[in-house]
Amino acid sequence: MEYFLIIISAIFVNNIMLAQFLGTCPFIGVSNKLSTATGMSGAVTFVITLATLVTWLINKYLLITFHLEFLQTIAFILVIAALVQVVEIVLKKISPALYQALGIYLPLITTNCAVLGVAINVVTKEFSFGGGPAHLLNLPETIVYAFATALGYGLAMILFAGLREHLELNDVPKAFRGVPIAFITVGILALAFMGFSGIV
Amino acid sequence: MNKLQLFTKGIVKENPIFVLLLGLCPTLATTTSAINGMSMGLATLFVLVLSNMAISAIAPRVPDKVHIPVYIVVIATFVTVLQFVMQAWTPVIYKTLGLFIPLIVVNCIVLGRAEAFANQNGIIDSALDGLGQGMGFTFSLTVLGLVREVLGSGSVFGLKFISGDGILAFVMAPGAFLCLGYLMVLFNKFLKK
Repeated sequence: MEYFLIIISAIFVNNIMLAQFLGTCPFIGVSNKLSTATGMSGAVTFVITLATLVTWLINKYLLITFHLEFLQTIAFILVIAALVQVVEIVLKKISPALYQALGIYLPLITTNCAVLGVAINVVTKEFSFGGGPAHLLNLPETIVYAFATALGYGLAMILFAGLREHLELNDVPKAFRGVPIAFITVGILALAFMGFSGIV
Repeated sequence: MNKLQLFTKGIVKENPIFVLLLGLCPTLATTTSAINGMSMGLATLFVLVLSNMAISAIAPRVPDKVHIPVYIVVIATFVTVLQFVMQAWTPVIYKTLGLFIPLIVVNCIVLGRAEAFANQNGIIDSALDGLGQGMGFTFSLTVLGLVREVLGSGSVFGLKFISGDGILAFVMAPGAFLCLGYLMVLFNKFLKK
């Protein structure tokens, strides 16, 4: 039951993009076309889940054990940067097809603040689901949370890319063209997602 | 380009938010009020100036292949310093801004200025560039925060001018996107040439 609540909460209620504003730059940058949005969501899901798992372990068994919590920011960003490189190399070797599909988006992910954001969130913030007591997430919960959060990011991005493809065909006033109208559209999308608040 | 231009170009002509579209996450997330927006802007300005100076000093000695990881470590170091400073002196603001202080590391403005300016210019020029960009960022965040605060909670810098609540949606997520969108429209219409 609790895992179910985590998933619903991470995808709909606290959507990482539409409620927490993490990962806005790539969200605006690659959501021009549905196909690129899908590719980017796949790559982000993969990296967020893996990076959160690794940083959670590093935080628990290295930083906390040796009282080095102040190095969190530096350690996490290095881990993420290294991980993205490793993922790139491994994918190229074992699954060239997937690498082809995700290839160009992978290097961009290092500077996607959603990745660092989720990694820091799960080790510092106390969560409470369905009225239960607030607590730091344990390992299985962390993995479920990270994966669901990434799915939520993908959902928002794919929805938005669909909207934006239609937007292209409309006659938008000059000053609104491009990014401004995109932001106003995301605002309305976020307004729709606000309807989910309170269900978990 | 003279020193004054270096400093002022970040405010309108190369405004990081409205023109370059960099660092949008903290812009949207922390501008629930003018004070919060301004604090976030100043925090970023602090990191931006120091990392620009440090990177311009070390850039000639950094091998090209590893320059991005090196820059990220330099930036992360200054962010950690900032975290200590804020924890000690402004614990309330540190708590309000929360996650977005460590996230300055991945703020594209900081790495962007390192790549585009600091690694090929002198220390003083880089400091001025960081200061200008930081001021442009702070200015944009303060304006956005002010608009959202006026509409959302009916106050200006924390001073209430109506009784009761404002339009709550403006201090929540949708208001951030809508206000930024409309501010960009105004910026395009009147300032961008």
